[in-house]
Amino acid sequence: MDWDVIVSYLPLYKDGMLITLYTGWMGILISIVLGFLAALVLYYKIPVLKSFVRAYIEIFRNTPLLIQLFFIYYGIPKLFGIVTNEMTCGIIGLGLLGGAYMAETFRSGIEAVDKIQMESAVSLGMTRRQAMRYIVLPQAITYSVPAFVANLIFLLKETSVFSCISIMELMFTAKDRIAVSSTTVESLFLVVVFYLIVLLPVSIIGSIVERRLRYASFGD
Amino acid sequence: MQALATDLGFDVLFKGTNFLRLLGGMWVTLKISLISVALSIVLGILLGIVMTFKNPVTKAICRIYLEIVRIMPQLVLLFIVYYGSARLIGLKFEPEFAAVIVFTFWGTAEMGDLVRGALQSIPKHQYESAYALGMSHRQTYFCIVIPQTVRRLLPLSINLVTRMIKTTPLIVMIEVVEATKVARQIIDANRVASPNAAFGLFFVIFVLYFAVCWPISLLASHLEKKWSN
Repeated sequence: MDWDVIVSYLPLYKDGMLITLYTGWMGILISIVLGFLAALVLYYKIPVLKSFVRAYIEIFRNTPLLIQLFFIYYGIPKLFGIVTNEMTCGIIGLGLLGGAYMAETFRSGIEAVDKIQMESAVSLGMTRRQAMRYIVLPQAITYSVPAFVANLIFLLKETSVFSCISIMELMFTAKDRIAVSSTTVESLFLVVVFYLIVLLPVSIIGSIVERRLRYASFGD
Repeated sequence: MQALATDLGFDVLFKGTNFLRLLGGMWVTLKISLISVALSIVLGILLGIVMTFKNPVTKAICRIYLEIVRIMPQLVLLFIVYYGSARLIGLKFEPEFAAVIVFTFWGTAEMGDLVRGALQSIPKHQYESAYALGMSHRQTYFCIVIPQTVRRLLPLSINLVTRMIKTTPLIVMIEVVEATKVARQIIDANRVASPNAAFGLFFVIFVLYFAVCWPISLLASHLEKKWSN
């Protein structure tokens, strides 16, 4: 391993990492909003919308992100003649994929809260909305935390697929370095290090939060 | 109808053996995922049993292994095995073989964790009650513990199959000719005759993947519901 090469590559990988972080977290933001809305639609069983949400979740959970991105990036612009930039496509693709996963996570979180909790709250004189806000949601959130953290890590990892549609994130940088120079070992070493920088904090903070937020299951 | 098919780029599918080639590309990914799943299930069961040991050394090793798999994108692992191995140990793997190594490495960790979870989720009183009823050690395992473990495990491991299938298209990045690669070849060959081929072809691949994964997911959630009590 040649340390001079590694030092000279650092700025490139730093730029790649910033793009990974930006596209990843933007996608995650969209997926949280989408997932939360979808979960509410499912919980309140809103007619018509409910079927759309179910179809959306099934479609995006049962197809690979790579194919979704190819379709969004190469397929759709061809048909409608829109010019899209790859970064937007990546963020939208990740947001849609993540939304489907987040929806399932939030929904099962809400369902994990026993019905008796809602009933008790209502019988104590709370309105249904208050019961949802102060009793059900706080518990539902703590139930969803482990799956939520797993989703975050999964979605950040999935950004590596963005390299297939030429977004210059970490994986793209590594692929590019391997292709243009004979520094395979250094390039791979750096990509591992930088992915650790991106993902280890999420993993560590995630497990701390998981441990702190167990009060919903307290007494089980 | 004809015009619509051309507009949407579906016409290229019916030219020559294009559709068969696309299916052939799909089969490459499916084959790799099925081989990897089969290996992962066998190795994962062993790993899961090892993970329930109280030995601190095996515990530490398993934790590091699981954390690596949890944090590293599969694409990075693919690159390390495919490109890195040639540099580091002078071995040049076939890309398909490298893919099976990586997906088995990943699947074994996932499966191992599921097996561990299922084994540990059997409450102690199940064993105790069985012994109290006069069952032998072996009877307890085969009649009480293993059936319950399998019930918890089966839906989750079926889900692993779909996750594997959804991850294998990444092999296009290590030069395996699979469905998306075939699609690109077809698109390039028909650039003039059918400019919208990208829409039609990627749509068809999208639908094909859905057609494969969805029934498997339905089976998993059906079993999960059926056995949830």
